[in-house]
Amino acid sequence: MMLKVALAHRFGDFALDVAFDAPPGITVLFGRSGSGKSTIVNAIAGLLAPQRGRITLGERVLLDTETRRVVPPHRRKLGVVFQEGRLFPHLTVRQNLSYARWFSRDPAETTEGARIVEMLGIGHLLDRRPAGLSGGEKQRVAIGRSLLARPELILADEPLSSLDDARKAEILPYFERLRDEIQVPILYVSHSAVEVARLATTVIALQDGRIARQGRALEVLGDPMVTPAGVRAAGAVLEAVIVAQHGDGLTELDAGGARLFLPRVPGGTGNRLRVRIPAQDVLLSRAAPEGLSALNILPGTVDQLRQGTGPGVMVSLRTRAGPLLARITRRSAERLELAPGVDVHAVVKTIAIAREDVSAGAPAG
Amino acid sequence: MDWLSPAEWSAVTLSLRVAVWATVVSLPLGIFVAYALARWRFPGRQLLNGMVHLPLILPPVVTGYLLLVTLSPTAPLGALLGKFGIVFAFHWTGAALAAGIMAFPLMVRAIRLSMEAVDPRLEQAGATLGAAPIWVFLTVTLPLSLPGILTGAILAFAKAMGEFGATITFVSNIPGQTRTLPSAIYAFLQVPGGESSALRLVAISIVLAMGALVISELLARRLQARMSGT
Repeated sequence: MMLKVALAHRFGDFALDVAFDAPPGITVLFGRSGSGKSTIVNAIAGLLAPQRGRITLGERVLLDTETRRVVPPHRRKLGVVFQEGRLFPHLTVRQNLSYARWFSRDPAETTEGARIVEMLGIGHLLDRRPAGLSGGEKQRVAIGRSLLARPELILADEPLSSLDDARKAEILPYFERLRDEIQVPILYVSHSAVEVARLATTVIALQDGRIARQGRALEVLGDPMVTPAGVRAAGAVLEAVIVAQHGDGLTELDAGGARLFLPRVPGGTGNRLRVRIPAQDVLLSRAAPEGLSALNILPGTVDQLRQGTGPGVMVSLRTRAGPLLARITRRSAERLELAPGVDVHAVVKTIAIAREDVSAGAPAG
Repeated sequence: MDWLSPAEWSAVTLSLRVAVWATVVSLPLGIFVAYALARWRFPGRQLLNGMVHLPLILPPVVTGYLLLVTLSPTAPLGALLGKFGIVFAFHWTGAALAAGIMAFPLMVRAIRLSMEAVDPRLEQAGATLGAAPIWVFLTVTLPLSLPGILTGAILAFAKAMGEFGATITFVSNIPGQTRTLPSAIYAFLQVPGGESSALRLVAISIVLAMGALVISELLARRLQARMSGT
């Protein structure tokens, strides 16, 4: 099942013009607020009529303004997980979950329902009403409700943005399980680089109503020309394998032949990880640094420099571990005489685990 | 019932019958009009809104007179309805019609307010889950605006119980047929020695009105508790 989208819509000063495909797996629509993400989601869900466009899901045409074909939202067979959950306050959790079954000709079987309830860990909430649930519980019920509609596409519109970090950490694994366990495409809208790094198979970076870049998550996130969430949130993502757990509390990783050390990461030797390296936390040095406390120093070559309007410069590097981003000041860039092709050493101050066990997740290709 | 004379008793039961019919028959239409005003944008929406509110602003006598002019057996519309056996003029059904019309703006207003308070995003969520528009209305909009529907119905009932001007103009003051509580109170006050009867009916009016208010308050609270509780 593949989702194909082409849309053009204009209101006021804002013009949206995008075309993209979403294959099975998680496709993240990534961009700041106002970049057009919600307009795209609403158009796909059928809640907004775009001026021009064509949307197909597998063989089904959901919208074609040329032939004036518009499938109403209730016949699109989508599962939408909204930012605010949108649970029905007058129904119990159980009734919310079974809502879609009342209208479906081909409802999910009870065993499948039970499996979804178990996967989301909401079995103990079934007889309660939404008003009595925490934010994280509400979102899990909302995910379950959309799954029980047996959707052919899942649309998740910033499903975590109304939650605090702890609740986010609680929900993210469920999306990973969805990605791995169900065979429908998931279009996931986010402005969080962390969520993108952790979930995305494919990334579509939106800027001002246009697609700035689309492709594999690692490539898009390592591109200095694309900082859809702003330069402060930019950061490259590397894939690595655990090679050893050391006695002093460090875990040694191998990323394309380069060695990285992290505070203890649970997992056995051979486990694959995605790590995220914020561009702000990378220092550059022309000479091989000595006498530094930082453990992670990656030699590489400058690939591109991107000069913004501010005092900062975004530098992309090619290292053995993969593409890396560093954000330094313009003054430093001039003093180091940085230019494409120059050899440098990247000193990495922090590394965050973006996703564990990628081998079971997104296809690496 | 020996504490009420047959004439007084007949006024009470007639009033209850008139008010129940006026409320029950106008409620579906009131819900529909309230929904149309709350959710749809169509040409003539302001006109419809104005028409609904007209009985609230017009002198009741004018409303009653207009009903009399259009629905009396000699008027074209009244004659046409008469052929189908539907009679309003000088009949208790006419009293119910007049009461229903006078109460309609209050009913629509209460229901419309609560429907406008229903989050349209919940209705969208219902649609994405496969519910056709009519089912979204029945499973989301209607239950969520139930407190307002209840308030609207109780208000309309109370207003129908007390309607006087339009009723007496349209269907007169015929004992046992169109002499509702207010008409009866008025009639008793016109005859010497009728004050005690009038007073008893006044007391009954107050009890019925207060009772309706208390019941609606209790029901609304229960509905609220259901939605905000666990």
